[in-house]
Amino acid sequence: MKVLLRNPRRELEVPGPITVAALLARLELVPESVLVIRGDTLVTSDARLDAGDQIEIRPVISGGAP
Amino acid sequence: MKCRRCKAPAVIEIPRHNAAFCRECFLRHCREQVRRAIDEHRMFVPGDRVLVAVSGGKDSLALWHLLTELGIDADGLYLGLGIGEYSDESGRYARDFAARVGAGLHEVDLPTDYGYDVPGAARATRRSPCGACGLSKRHLFNGFALEHGYDVVATGHNLDDEAAVLLGNVLRWETGYLGRQHPVLPATDGFVKKVKPLVRLGEREMAAYCVLNGIDYQIEECPMADGNRHLGLKTTLNALEEQSPGTKAAFLFGFLARGHGRFADASDAERETLAPCSGCGGPTSTGGLCAFCSLRVRVSNPQPVALRTGR
Repeated sequence: MKVLLRNPRRELEVPGPITVAALLARLELVPESVLVIRGDTLVTSDARLDAGDQIEIRPVISGGAP
Repeated sequence: MKCRRCKAPAVIEIPRHNAAFCRECFLRHCREQVRRAIDEHRMFVPGDRVLVAVSGGKDSLALWHLLTELGIDADGLYLGLGIGEYSDESGRYARDFAARVGAGLHEVDLPTDYGYDVPGAARATRRSPCGACGLSKRHLFNGFALEHGYDVVATGHNLDDEAAVLLGNVLRWETGYLGRQHPVLPATDGFVKKVKPLVRLGEREMAAYCVLNGIDYQIEECPMADGNRHLGLKTTLNALEEQSPGTKAAFLFGFLARGHGRFADASDAERETLAPCSGCGGPTSTGGLCAFCSLRVRVSNPQPVALRTGR
């Protein structure tokens, strides 16, 4: 599957199937700091991602001046 | 995973609530949390003219959308910071959203209206860009609201923002800041009332709210924010949250319930020292120019950098 990451923007190829939780662990990402998006909706940590899926992992932490 | 409320397939889990929600129940959850914050802290009274501080990011656009959904009419104010393509894009997101919901959007542009931008201010003052940015935002949103007759400025500060600010203030025992850290800052001489209706929602929930409502927002991180302290505090808190869900909410809401009042004196003492700025007339504790006017002077007359003399 194709996985889009941001900040900086880059694309990875990850073999599927794999659960969202396993994908985040593999990429060493903290679940609290990202959303996992498939198509136009979100997927939960137990969802199974398949080889043909296009996935976006979107960071949600904003820095800057509070 | 099933929705806690209706048992439909869930799209998001919120570990601190030990819950997962489908799209509809999640959006309802967000509206309920904002309504609860507004009511609990008496953020608005009927007839208030509300101004939303809009950045084009997820929090401010979600806030504006949520207020609209709750029947609270609000105009937006977008402040152009002059941070190249990042600011151009952010402005487009703000304008597109305003057009989508049919709300009024005011714009102030730092380079055009005040003759400087955030990168230039950081260079001239040799301070962090986030410092110059925050200072400009606070001054200009407040001034705009007072000048144009708004009763309340609503900002998109969420639970993560507030917990991170609290941690930073506690680590340095900034007693004056701790006395002022609250979801509502009442109007005082020279200051409009400020409210933070997203205080019960995390920033992951705000990003999810935008995705599930099809709200396009500035996803990229501000190029000037890289490595800043606020971001580091959030990362630290998220590591704690991962080990013990609910830590951030317990930290912030525990402070508001049991700690905030203990610092009120420090905040009141600072307020008593305020006098009008000799430049803009706004309140300041410096006895001369306020921090914003000082920043403008320094940007227009940057101090020469002393060269170190070698042997």
